[in-house]
Amino acid sequence: MAELLKLEVVTPEKYVVSEDVEIVMAPGTLGEFGVLSGHTPFLTSLKPGRINYKDAAGKEKMLFVSGGFTEALPDRVTILAESAERRRDIDIDRARAALERAQKRLAQEKVENVNFERAKAAMYRAIERIKIAETRG
Amino acid sequence: MATLKEVQSKITSVKKTKQITKAMNMVATSRLRGAQTTMEAFRPYAEKFSEVLGNIADKAGDDASPLLTPRDEVNRINIVLMTSDRGLCGGFNVNLIDAAEKLMDDKSAQGFDVSFTNFGKKGRDWCRNNKFQITRQYLNVVGGKFSFNVASTSGQELIDGFLDGSFDEVYVIFANFQGMASQPPVVKQLLPIPVIETAGAEADDDKPYMAEHIIEPSPDELLNEMLPKNVFIQIYNALLETSTSEHAARMKAMDNATKACNDMIQNLTLAYNKARQAAITMELMDIIGGAEALKG
Repeated sequence: MAELLKLEVVTPEKYVVSEDVEIVMAPGTLGEFGVLSGHTPFLTSLKPGRINYKDAAGKEKMLFVSGGFTEALPDRVTILAESAERRRDIDIDRARAALERAQKRLAQEKVENVNFERAKAAMYRAIERIKIAETRG
Repeated sequence: MATLKEVQSKITSVKKTKQITKAMNMVATSRLRGAQTTMEAFRPYAEKFSEVLGNIADKAGDDASPLLTPRDEVNRINIVLMTSDRGLCGGFNVNLIDAAEKLMDDKSAQGFDVSFTNFGKKGRDWCRNNKFQITRQYLNVVGGKFSFNVASTSGQELIDGFLDGSFDEVYVIFANFQGMASQPPVVKQLLPIPVIETAGAEADDDKPYMAEHIIEPSPDELLNEMLPKNVFIQIYNALLETSTSEHAARMKAMDNATKACNDMIQNLTLAYNKARQAAITMELMDIIGGAEALKG
């Protein structure tokens, strides 16, 4: 069995995850990356997307983060996210509604507009949430 | 001398007031507990964040972000004033507004243009009555349930205003929750961001040697992403502190009011008993006087 590292996912509202895990996969801004125990110190920002990790019992788990930062150290990974949800906590109806809203916006706004960027970001978040919620686990 | 009936109705009215203040005290107590829990839940995030920020701050260049650079010429200043929406919380709002007035006088004396961003109705009303310029107001935030979103929306607006030159400096005034008895107002500079304490500044002798972080994308870019978030965190923290303080202040104020009601009831009961006794004595005197007269 592989050595474990501590995964902590923190949002301004609460601790979402704090457990020992084997591996963490996270969506960095420059591409997805994986962290195992003994990783060299590493700091990066995150895109909205999914975090996959395997807990001490070897069970795969998944959660959604809306972007943030990660600090990886040899024995722990800290993820600072503005919001993070476990798969079972995702409100899929809300995500679908958000997706629809964002798409409508995108059809109306001009590309160089600030609102366009916001709508695009909202759309990505909604798509990621839906994808995670629909994955069977 | 008040008549029996007058005293009686006064007592009833004070008793009613006492019921209200007691209920408000209880509501404030339970809200305070909620606010404290939220504050505690936020602490790990804030701590980790400043740790990470400190880690990259000393690796990035000094002029990495316009948010860090003080303006050569300061003309316009924005004050974010946090107060409660509702009264009946003792000197809570007065203290905050006093602090705002002081800061404002100070800045106006230097010839700066001052405008306000208001969280809370009490501060808003004060600005309005004095005809100060209000750039933005957020009501029903302090003291209630609010999410991080409020902090990031308002923070983003302040940052936008700072970047496009609407303000050259931004300050925030909030109540610092130091415990049940003291919630002093605090003035903090929000923008430009004051010097960040770097992780290297502390003596990390007890920590084992650690290799330098690999930072992705570059330290400058990462810092640029983190700094606005840092502003949001400051605002969120200030909001949490102010909300908690508001409830604590109201609890105290209502507790005092309940005690004052008790004193009043006691005094009035005394007065009532005295008046009753006086009436009885009068009647007795009458009867005795009548009996004496009959004896002749």
